[in-house]
Amino acid sequence: MNRYVFTAIAVMAVVTYLIRMLPLTLMRRKIKSVFLRSVLAYVPYAVLTAMTVPFILYSTASPISAALGLAAALVLSLREQSLITVALGASAVVFLAEFFV
Amino acid sequence: MSEEKTGAAADFAEGLRGGIPIALGYLSVSFAYGIMAQTGGLDLFSTVLISMTNLTSAGQLAGTQLIFDAASYMEIAVTTFVINLRYMLMSLSLSQRVDEKMTLWQRLLVSFGITDEIFAVSYQRKRPPNAIYMFGLILLPYIGWALGTFLGSAAGYIMPERVRSALGIAIYGMFVAIVVPVCKRDKACLFVAVLAGAVSCCLKYIPLFSATPQGWAIIICAVSASVIGALLFPIDDKEGEGER
Repeated sequence: MNRYVFTAIAVMAVVTYLIRMLPLTLMRRKIKSVFLRSVLAYVPYAVLTAMTVPFILYSTASPISAALGLAAALVLSLREQSLITVALGASAVVFLAEFFV
Repeated sequence: MSEEKTGAAADFAEGLRGGIPIALGYLSVSFAYGIMAQTGGLDLFSTVLISMTNLTSAGQLAGTQLIFDAASYMEIAVTTFVINLRYMLMSLSLSQRVDEKMTLWQRLLVSFGITDEIFAVSYQRKRPPNAIYMFGLILLPYIGWALGTFLGSAAGYIMPERVRSALGIAIYGMFVAIVVPVCKRDKACLFVAVLAGAVSCCLKYIPLFSATPQGWAIIICAVSASVIGALLFPIDDKEGEGER
């Protein structure tokens, strides 16, 4: 590992850490604005959906197996199964589906 | 005293359990990352070091590609910043949610482990996440992330292709499992999620927007959907007032 690679890794690590660390350590008081509190409450669901849709369709060897896996995940999560059940259930459906597609 | 101990152990165990599916998902993603970095010519030590110091998929992938291009430190810093800016939103959300007794040192440690998945799982916990719970939650995904990178870089294709493909959906399955039950109960949340998904599809499929870097795309989706959701359906919970 040369000096450039090491410095580059250090730059990446420091920038990433500061982004994560500053709000959690500096924001010690509750935000009073109902609007801002609402925005922050919705952020996780917006972020997760934006990362899932439409990218879940490209997460396996074919969009067809991925769509079947997504369907399995939807059914299992509507029945309020645990995270690992949903994740592995979707994986199992993809695994089986890819014998046929 | 002993009760407190049981509480801490239970919190830690609850965190560990929450981390299992994340760790499994990370194992396959970081495995793919390890292969990619090794193929590009990055040595095993550097590759694992990146995973152990960054703990982020999109951010470190982009950073690694920039290292291959011998990009300037400034370009690496700005790209990392933009792609990882969403962690600032998550860290801010989490600052409103965590146990207020969390000390500065605990916050400094916990911040390191804020990823999309760890954030999501901690956020859906019914009680405010405390430091012990967060440490438990972060531990296995961190090991999975480092281990997967090591295996990917060192050993090439260990998992059969079919298994890798099937595990590729695991992380997304988890996201679905987090968002769907909440949307089932809460129509406002359903609205926000549908809106975020629609904006995300627009950014991906409309040619004019499809060059939007992934880091920006996630921020645009998250901020637009959350702001519109907050304007239409403000959450007026009493919790905030009591804790002023």
